[in-house]
Amino acid sequence: MTKSLIYSIIFHSVMILLTVLSLPFMIREPVDLPPIVSVELIQISDKTNIPFAPKARKIIEETKKKEEERVVSEQAPPAAKAKEKPDRIPLPDEDKEKKQIVKKKQNPEEIEPQIRQSSEFEKKEIVDTNQIAALIDKAKEEEAVKRDKVDKLTQSSVKNSFATGLTLSEEDALRAQIFGCWSVPLGLPYDEDLLVRIKLQLKKDGTIMKSEILDHQRMNKPGQKFYKVLAESALRAVRLCQPLKVPPTGYEKWKDIQLNFNPTEMLKG
Amino acid sequence: MKKILLALFAYFILSNSSYALIEVDITRGNLDPLPIAVSPLHVDTKSEQDDNIKVKELGNDISAIIEKNFRNTGLFNPLKKDAFVQKPDIAHLKPRFEDWRLIKAQALVTGKLLVKDGKLKVEFRLWDLTAAQEMTALAFTTTPSNWRRVAHIISDKIYERLTGEEGYFDTRIIYVSETGLKSERIKKLAIMDQDGANTKYLTLGNELVLTPRFNPTNQMVTYLSYFRNMPRVYLLDIETGVQEVVGNFPGMTFAPRFSPDGKKIIMSFAKDGNSDIYTMDLETRVVERITNHSSIDTSPSFSPDGKYIVFNSDRSGLQQIYVMRSDGSNVKRITFGKGIYGTPVWSPRGDLIAFTKVRKGRFFIGVMRVDGTGERLLTENFYQEAPSWSPNGRVLVFYRETKAGSKGEGFSASLWSIDITGYNERKLKTKTDASDPSWSSLLSK
Repeated sequence: MTKSLIYSIIFHSVMILLTVLSLPFMIREPVDLPPIVSVELIQISDKTNIPFAPKARKIIEETKKKEEERVVSEQAPPAAKAKEKPDRIPLPDEDKEKKQIVKKKQNPEEIEPQIRQSSEFEKKEIVDTNQIAALIDKAKEEEAVKRDKVDKLTQSSVKNSFATGLTLSEEDALRAQIFGCWSVPLGLPYDEDLLVRIKLQLKKDGTIMKSEILDHQRMNKPGQKFYKVLAESALRAVRLCQPLKVPPTGYEKWKDIQLNFNPTEMLKG
Repeated sequence: MKKILLALFAYFILSNSSYALIEVDITRGNLDPLPIAVSPLHVDTKSEQDDNIKVKELGNDISAIIEKNFRNTGLFNPLKKDAFVQKPDIAHLKPRFEDWRLIKAQALVTGKLLVKDGKLKVEFRLWDLTAAQEMTALAFTTTPSNWRRVAHIISDKIYERLTGEEGYFDTRIIYVSETGLKSERIKKLAIMDQDGANTKYLTLGNELVLTPRFNPTNQMVTYLSYFRNMPRVYLLDIETGVQEVVGNFPGMTFAPRFSPDGKKIIMSFAKDGNSDIYTMDLETRVVERITNHSSIDTSPSFSPDGKYIVFNSDRSGLQQIYVMRSDGSNVKRITFGKGIYGTPVWSPRGDLIAFTKVRKGRFFIGVMRVDGTGERLLTENFYQEAPSWSPNGRVLVFYRETKAGSKGEGFSASLWSIDITGYNERKLKTKTDASDPSWSSLLSK
């Protein structure tokens, strides 16, 4: 009796342990999806207008960077392989990226090994906890870099397709809509930093639930008249544009959205 | 256990980063004028009659001036009153925003006025219709005859609130009024409100007057007049009408202009057959030579901080624009384009220099940055020159002459204004032919 009870306890605790350990990585599945979204993006970038081409390139580069990180973390043991790649393909970054992705797209079967790899990775990750600690550090680093970027008030020209959740054409549509609603105050000085960032919370139909100017404390500072005027004009623009042209799906991804209004180029004429 | 927690933490952070906030950059917008509704001001029923003005009409008259001011800027599009659905008195208390939004207005001006005990009290509110909130509200009390100025001051306040820069409506323009045949022109000094109203003549026309220029700090004017064929620089206080001679200068004297603090006059005159730039302290009357060059240096204008002077010189062969420190040191040529450059004027904002350019027999008014880069020619014509800045550095006023026939027929001179963007060119209404305009600073400052 006691023996079977002990067996039962051991068995159950092993089961619980396994569940606890494997659960987070089973949920991680969707995180591996993004590369497929990026394929879609590049196809679209080929079709979109020339002015956005440099932007698309940046996105591709960023996607590639991310993927390289992924490769390192997913294929941890075969370090030699990772080294081989650059030697073997001395092409420019974008080409390399395109080639890889096109390949993936043309032969859907080839996705399979990738999935297998990730499951191998799961095993590795469970065993190798040092690597997890490293991941945490990396994640922290990424967070810090992101925060840095925001603090510097630089425009987020580098955007990741699976981070934004909007394809370039969807982004273009939204942008074009707001272009039409935004009456730019023409008296603004062109040599000042006048970036206005507005965070919106949207309903499913694209109407605005909540709008917030991210540096609103700057609006009431003395000597920031122009910033205030610009911020108000930007707010007018989004309110006038309601409902915003948002994709019919993926609400969770775009329900919070940030618009960066920067008239500098226009004012320079 | 610690490792499990680490694993869970890692998952949490990674999953968060994959759903980062969507950011969209908006770098373009439309340049259409902002649709604005200016509701007639409500005239309080307690208002008393005034002998000199029609009190009942005053609400409409003031709103009409505000509307005209806005239309002239090119930045606003005042909507037609026929489309207004709300009465002025109710609109001023609490506008029905949805009604005003229906006619596509983005901003609304309401107000009311009361004439009582010989005083005019006007209040106005500016509403943001998209946000459904009040943006600014002010009240003014003055003598009823000042109602036009009140309309201009209200326009200035609204303009400032919506554009972030000062307005230029409560200002005046001084110019040379011209009448008679081209060969026998009678030239008088004249002054008017910037919208063409209230013209007054300040001289009789016996003597030739040239280049009137406002003091940027008050309502004083300096100009050049010929007395017994000798050019003299005069100072004129517009408020009191008092005139005084600053000095007799031998030979040709040109274009006196005030320093930004109003304490000095800078000008060029010819001494020993050579034209150079001089300043004169108005208190001590001490004349100081700024340039000393064998070439012809003319048309000096101070930067708004008083540290630099921009001027013309032909020291490189053709007449070009130069910048130097206010003590005459560090002279630097800033124009290298084809053609002749003249009449440079530093913007009160400090960021641009306006000039006249002559090329292939055509005259251009243009602006450029203070280092000579970014030259933009705003307008081209048969003959035009002498740009003068509005006090906010946004608009230029200049004059244009038409081509005369062999007997001088068909000749005319008129004042024009243009936005520094090169759009919105307008002819200013003057009672006579007009030339050599100079824009005052804000009267209410």
